[in-house]
Amino acid sequence: MLHALLRDSRTRIALVVLLLVTLGAILAPVLAPYDPIALLDIELLPNQPPSAAHPFGTDPVSRDVLSRLIYGTRVSLAVGLGSATLAMSFGIAVGMIAGFFGGAVDAVLMRFVDAAISVPRLLVLLMVASLWGRQGLVPFTLLMAGTGWFTVSRLVRAETIALRDREFVLAARALGVPTPRLLVRHVLPNVLAPALVAAALSIANVILLEASLSYLGIGLPTGTASWGAIIQDGANDAVDLWWLTFFPGLAILVTVFACNALGDALRDAFDPRQLPRDDSDALFASEA
Amino acid sequence: MTTPLLEIENLHTFFYTDNGVARAVDGVSFSVGVGETVGVVGESGCGKSVTALSILRLVRPPGRIETGSVMRFEGRDLLELNEREMQHVRGNRIAMVFQEPMTALNPVFTIGDQVGEVARIHAGMSKRDAWAKAIEMLKIVGIPAPEQRAGEYPHQLSGGMRQRVVIAMALVMNPALVIADEPTTALDVTIQAQILELLAELTRRLGTSVLLITHDLGVVAENCTRVIVMYAGEVVEEATTVDLFARAHHPYTEGLLGAMPRVGGEKDRLATIPGTVPAPTNWPKGCRFRDRCPYSWERCESEHPPLYQIGGGHSSRCHLAEEPERRQHPHPPLAAQRGATAA
Repeated sequence: MLHALLRDSRTRIALVVLLLVTLGAILAPVLAPYDPIALLDIELLPNQPPSAAHPFGTDPVSRDVLSRLIYGTRVSLAVGLGSATLAMSFGIAVGMIAGFFGGAVDAVLMRFVDAAISVPRLLVLLMVASLWGRQGLVPFTLLMAGTGWFTVSRLVRAETIALRDREFVLAARALGVPTPRLLVRHVLPNVLAPALVAAALSIANVILLEASLSYLGIGLPTGTASWGAIIQDGANDAVDLWWLTFFPGLAILVTVFACNALGDALRDAFDPRQLPRDDSDALFASEA
Repeated sequence: MTTPLLEIENLHTFFYTDNGVARAVDGVSFSVGVGETVGVVGESGCGKSVTALSILRLVRPPGRIETGSVMRFEGRDLLELNEREMQHVRGNRIAMVFQEPMTALNPVFTIGDQVGEVARIHAGMSKRDAWAKAIEMLKIVGIPAPEQRAGEYPHQLSGGMRQRVVIAMALVMNPALVIADEPTTALDVTIQAQILELLAELTRRLGTSVLLITHDLGVVAENCTRVIVMYAGEVVEEATTVDLFARAHHPYTEGLLGAMPRVGGEKDRLATIPGTVPAPTNWPKGCRFRDRCPYSWERCESEHPPLYQIGGGHSSRCHLAEEPERRQHPHPPLAAQRGATAA
């Protein structure tokens, strides 16, 4: 499967980007040229445009933007990956149970999801923020996961219902495969593809959402410099001090693109019946 | 008949749908002896497949096996087993071969993995042993280069090869009974005979009983010792194969035999049975075949025929058993008359 993934150049680029972003997050202390929260020289160094010493410039209190950005990767990625993983696991579990067992179980779970999905996510997050103030990293990630699993569960449920009546699931039952094993071995791998695609897209979504909330000033607590928070810091001077918002914005853009490209690639790679992309291109080329 | 392996008595499987209760299997009784191959024939919707699924207790809601049904297998009533015990029966003592080899295999696992899974579940084999067992089974069902094929995915195999894999999966645990639900319907004609021959050969060698569900009387003639004819959720005729082909009693069986193409047949057009099976939510009272029957009379309207014993283990659900002289006066069936007026 990895082989199939790597065959496509768009996917390779996306993977390289995500690998760099991940490495940036892990190796932040090594990579960052300066301390991200240190006020380097409030007299001489505020608002420096990009230069050799400060490739992404400095902010009004003389902090190095590149260093802040590198450390911000940790926050944005942790929130994105953490909440996507949690949301996917929970969404898959609920979707499979609802779809497989049907009846009252399905009705209760899905009516809840219907209700939850009808409330805009941003509204819920705004409400939480106004009731309990800004949340720390872990509660914020849980909150994102808690408001992000509905679509996955719906997707997985629909897929499970289609699978449930497929003959190979019936055949597996006829061969005495116990229900838990049936779900894990025969249903799960077949619903994983759409769920993973949704998860990859949801990482992008969460990073964006976190940025929006931080921009509105109700994201993570001040001091937790996520990409969104860095943009927010520079928002007032976006015209004059463009480097304060441009580089974190670029980081978000590139990462979101890469996540989406990976989502697409995963969908293709998970389906063993699908022609590898290069071959299918060749096929169309020869027909044309 | 030999010692019975499976005895089904009074099996009722109903589906509780929004349009009423569909009595898909409505009081079916028959048995399968040790080492015997019994054919079940009938057209689509007569309850053959639901009967098969009922035996393995795989009928899903809204379908339900009604109380009062009995399915004795190896001395136990399958309906009294709990789910865990039933799982032990499935794939281990009773296995099933499905109609569609294209869809009966999981697309995301290799075939070696899937054949091996049966051994892992029921014999507790390690992954390695199960793989070896899978290769052995693939060899037995005549798949060339089994070591290599075991690592392939279902979509890489032809239909006939896949059906061989499905048969291999069914036979891993050497079950006492194999239920084959139209095992060759989805295959090329040229492959059908090969697959049936393989199934017959293997089950004979292993002493496995087979319940062969089909709508093809040709398949029955070649493979089965006894035949059960089903119509509208009931057994309408049961006989040895030889007996059935020589002296079909029920008008429905007659119709089925008449609708079979024969080598050297004179007619250039095949006979058909007019009309269709009535809706299972609303079986007519009296005889369920009467509208399509060329002999039906008043009695068929009012009195539901029992399964009459007509000698030599041959039975038929038709009042002609008591009034055979009526066979001399066929008339166009009601369904055909209605068809004519409609046209």
